[in-house]
Amino acid sequence: MKFAILVNEGPYTHQASDTAFQFAKAVLAKGHEIFRIFFYHDGVNNATRLTTPPQDDRNIVNRWSKLAEEHNLDMVVCVAAAQRRGIVDEGEMKRNGKDATNLAPGFRISGLGQLVEAGIQADRLVVFGD
Amino acid sequence: MLHIINKSPLDRPAFDSALKTGEGAILLIEDGVYAAAKGGVVEPKLKAAMGKFKFYALTPDLEARGIADRLIEGVTTVDYAGFVDLVAEYKTSQSWL
Amino acid sequence: MSTTKQFMFVNRKAPYGTIYAWESLEVVLIAAAFEQDVSMAFLDDGVYQLKKGHQTKGIEVKAFEKTFGALEDYDVTKIYVDQESLTERGLTTDDLALPVEVFSRAELGKLMEAQDVLLSF
Repeated sequence: MKFAILVNEGPYTHQASDTAFQFAKAVLAKGHEIFRIFFYHDGVNNATRLTTPPQDDRNIVNRWSKLAEEHNLDMVVCVAAAQRRGIVDEGEMKRNGKDATNLAPGFRISGLGQLVEAGIQADRLVVFGD
Repeated sequence: MLHIINKSPLDRPAFDSALKTGEGAILLIEDGVYAAAKGGVVEPKLKAAMGKFKFYALTPDLEARGIADRLIEGVTTVDYAGFVDLVAEYKTSQSWL
Repeated sequence: MSTTKQFMFVNRKAPYGTIYAWESLEVVLIAAAFEQDVSMAFLDDGVYQLKKGHQTKGIEVKAFEKTFGALEDYDVTKIYVDQESLTERGLTTDDLALPVEVFSRAELGKLMEAQDVLLSF
C-alpha cells in the first residue's frame, strides 16, 4: 500500500513529529511504500539543519534525513510555510534576498500541490499534528 | 473510519467530539491515551461508546506515561506496527487534532 | 493527474488564535485548482472561522474572511457546518460569512466516512 504522511508540527514542542517518524518507520518495516512525507505549518521546522539538541536525546532533524536517505523518501517542505518560518534553500535564498540557507539533507521545498498530489496518489494519508 | 485522537480528554474536546461523530475504530495516541486509563471521569464515557467504536491505545504512549497498568478493559493495545495495520484496514482516518 | 478524489477539509479550530484556519484554507484552494472534489466541514470551534465581520486591524494580523468569498470562484461550494457546534456557541447561519449546509453531527459523520481523503490541520 502507498502511504502519505502529513506532519503539522515542529520538532520537540509537540510529539507529532516523533509519532510521525515512528509511524513512517513502521510503514516501511511492514513492506509498504511511503509516497511522500509533507511538512506543513510549524512542521517545516523539522527541516532546519541548525538544531543542536542535547547529546542524550533524539536528534529529530537528523533522523528524518537518515530515514530519507536509507529509504529514498520524498520529504517535502511547503514553500509558503517555510518562507513564513525561515526555512531556506539555495533557490529561496536567491529569490528572497536572504544571506543563508538552512535546509537539512533529504528535504526539498515545494508547493502545496505536492500535498494534494500525495492525497491523490497515496492509498492512505495520515495527519500528525496538534 | 479510523479516528485518531492525540489529545487528553480532559484537556481538549477532541475525544468528546470524536465520540459524537460516526463509528468504527478509535485509536488513542500521544496524550490521547489518557482516555484509556481506569478510574477517572472518562471511563464511563469510553465504556458507553464501546457499542459504536472499537478502542485501541498505542502501547509506547501508555508506557511513556506510566499508565499501561491501568487500562480500561476492552481497550486493545497496539504498537506502531499495529497502528499501520489499522490505517491500512480503514479506508480513511480522521486525526482529531 | 486525471484522478479525482473526494477531499474533505475538517476545520475545528478558531481563527487567529492559531494559524491553522488560514493555512488550511490555502490548501483548499490548491486542491480545488487540482480539480479535486473538495468539501469543507466546520465543527467545534471551527465554526468561528465563518463568523462574519473579521476586523483584524487591532491585532495587526492579516484578515482572511475575504478568502472565504473566493471559494465560490474555485467551485468550492460544499461548505458543511455542524448544527450542534453552532448552537453551543450561540451562532446561527445568519452570523456566517457565506452560504452553508447545516448538518447534524451524525450526518456529518456519514459525509466524512464517504471521503477518500480527510485533512485536518
